[in-house]
Amino acid sequence: MRFVDEYRDPELARRLLAEIRATVTRPWTIMEICGGQTHAIMKHGLDQLLPPEIELVHGPGCPVCVTPLEKIDRAIAIAGRPAVIFTSFGDMLRVPGSCQDLFMVRAAGGDVRMVYSPLEAVKLARQYPECEVVFFAVGFETTAPGNALAIRQAAREGLANFSALASHVLVAPAMRYLLSQPTNRVQGFLAAGHVCTVMGLEEYEPLAAEFKVPMVVTGFEPVDILEGILLTVRQLEKGEHRVENQYGRSVQPRGNPAARQVIDEVFEVADRGWRGIGIIPASGLAIRARYASHDAEKKFAVTAITATEPTGCVSGRILQGLTKPPACPAFGRACSPAHPLGATMVSSEGACAAYYRYQRRAVLS
Amino acid sequence: MCLAVPGKVIAIMEEGGLKTGRIDYSGMVNTVCLELVPDIVVGQYTVVHAGFALSIIDEAEALQSLETWAEFLELQRVADGPGRSEPENP
Amino acid sequence: MNPVPPRLSCPLPIMDHDRVQLAHGSGGLLSAQLIDRLFLPRFANPILNRLEDQATLELPAGRVAMSTDTFVVDPIFFPGGSIGDLAVNGTVNDVAMSGAPPLYLAAAFVLEEGLPMADLHRVLVAMEEAARVAGVVVVTGDTKVVPRGACDKIFITTTGIGVVPEGVTISAASLRPGDAIILSGTLADHGMAILTTRQGLSFHSRIQSDTAALYGLVAAMLAVCPTIHALRDPTRGGAATTLNEFVRSSRVGIELEEGRITVRPEVQGACEVLGIDPLFVANEGKLIAAVPGEAAAGVLAAMRNHPQGREAAIIGRVTAQHPGLVVLRTALGAERIVEMPVAEQLPRIC
Repeated sequence: MRFVDEYRDPELARRLLAEIRATVTRPWTIMEICGGQTHAIMKHGLDQLLPPEIELVHGPGCPVCVTPLEKIDRAIAIAGRPAVIFTSFGDMLRVPGSCQDLFMVRAAGGDVRMVYSPLEAVKLARQYPECEVVFFAVGFETTAPGNALAIRQAAREGLANFSALASHVLVAPAMRYLLSQPTNRVQGFLAAGHVCTVMGLEEYEPLAAEFKVPMVVTGFEPVDILEGILLTVRQLEKGEHRVENQYGRSVQPRGNPAARQVIDEVFEVADRGWRGIGIIPASGLAIRARYASHDAEKKFAVTAITATEPTGCVSGRILQGLTKPPACPAFGRACSPAHPLGATMVSSEGACAAYYRYQRRAVLS
Repeated sequence: MCLAVPGKVIAIMEEGGLKTGRIDYSGMVNTVCLELVPDIVVGQYTVVHAGFALSIIDEAEALQSLETWAEFLELQRVADGPGRSEPENP
Repeated sequence: MNPVPPRLSCPLPIMDHDRVQLAHGSGGLLSAQLIDRLFLPRFANPILNRLEDQATLELPAGRVAMSTDTFVVDPIFFPGGSIGDLAVNGTVNDVAMSGAPPLYLAAAFVLEEGLPMADLHRVLVAMEEAARVAGVVVVTGDTKVVPRGACDKIFITTTGIGVVPEGVTISAASLRPGDAIILSGTLADHGMAILTTRQGLSFHSRIQSDTAALYGLVAAMLAVCPTIHALRDPTRGGAATTLNEFVRSSRVGIELEEGRITVRPEVQGACEVLGIDPLFVANEGKLIAAVPGEAAAGVLAAMRNHPQGREAAIIGRVTAQHPGLVVLRTALGAERIVEMPVAEQLPRIC
């Protein structure tokens, strides 16, 4: 596949690894923000191949993992209502709420459908005017423009039966939060290439300057990640803290103006709870008043639903990079992909699931 | 997050008032909304996420970058000589 | 995909109704009409034609291998085949994995009230052709009709039997360190054909299911090496499930080379777009074999000479290391464990 295979070239990867080895003179702690990057690191075993001086810490870049428990409970409550068609990306369907997950709602008779794009949900609303069609709008800035466009399109078509349950999170405020913690050990960041495809680089300049931390916008294939790590390490070795763009084939400095514009039209910045972390100010997106009639939380009056986390799950610490999954007492024992305690084990993006899938041998042997 | 895959635009049309395209990923084709990349034309590559094209891939930049990296790494390899440690060949 | 060209299309016999009615399952005149006009012509053979409550069979001496499976796939027609093809090939293959030539099939149908007769006929024509190519005979069957909504269009259960040749003992518990793991072709064709078809109009998929009867390939392999240790077709759960079943039963380890596993470009494209790992996707015309190391080259050559095995490859080895674990060596030289999938993979955006 073009623009994929070139970035999986083993020879290029080997040379990058050698160069990283040759550049590093002391230990560095680097965080990759995005769950997709975590996934690629685990899948290709990049962390096994990097020199021991480099510690990769996995960040909170998994929108599934950080979706607050009560949001999932609200989704479940809506999905169980009669004459509701509840639509969602595949990622959210198995995430457990307080008592059950969306698949269980379907087994009990709810109309829960998986969609690949939010426009499929809009289409369902057109097709079934007698039903309420609800779309679970989850994601970072990468997913927000598409979700926004779907809401706007439904409004334009006058589809009163379409609404979205929005649970969007913003990356830069999360990074600011992490960097502000006294426990922060992260010295360099691989910023999320697809989030930056939408948002550009502007948000990171003030962060890099204020916290004196290099940030390299990185893609998702092995060569991208290794290039990103090399660029980060080079800066660290030289004591620099700039924003660099490794993923120039997709990321422009200003991002995607059309995408940013539609996000701004439909959503506004709001405080947001991050599962396992708590409320991070101005870190989420809420549906604007002008589109309130398409806001499922208002429509279905579920805002009273709250939830408490199961004990034994340390996914909050995992998401902040304070603990690694193998260090959790429940990892691989009480908690596994078959019996997850928290979202970081359920989501295929979650650090715990990624570790479990790819590292169990090293950990348990 | 953000699984987004590069593909080639092979057709552009309008569906339901939205700029829409057919994207080819090595022979797999799907229909994708192009509203977020209004300037894209047939033949260009784009990165697609959840049914939306998010960027127009800058092919020149990609090629340039790959070449630059390859040249640099070759120089390093030659400069460091046989002592340079590379991970073993599988 | 079967290389044998299909028969010329067969027109729908004249029926009193264009859709299946509840009465077609109640055992009366309409049932008889359904059997006579739609089912019997497709499977006509001396045993079935007697229309007894049971089929009385002459079997060669030896151990009988029997397998049963229920087919509920949706959609019932997809690129490369139909539920009918799966119903024949799936069970034929399960029998064939014992080394036994499949001989007889039983076929039981649950039909949803309202199923178009044309669709039922098309499924039966596909089964007829698949049975003919596989060399099996459908000797007994049953049909029930349930009210609309009580099943999804058509469910088919097939049971197959064959007789295992003398001296052939194939088992998932028989893997030994040093065995070669051979995969007969490309992965994930069937599962991705279904998944991309289900996504509806937004996916214009050229991906074809690989549904095929595999006994011919098995016979070619056994001719060269009668002591093949293990054979399985990686259906639900994909190659990852089969390989994990092997290591659990045999208490050995398996090491795989990522670079030796092949996936068609359009299937790779679909897997990338939906975020799905081909190792966990169903196949309906492939097999995985564990073959004594010294016989591997010969078995591979025999497979590549056969239409079902042209793209066969040795994808790994059985080892005494890490018993119970399947470990994949990536193109970059790192290792990762291939787990038994917890549940069916869902397309993801994350």
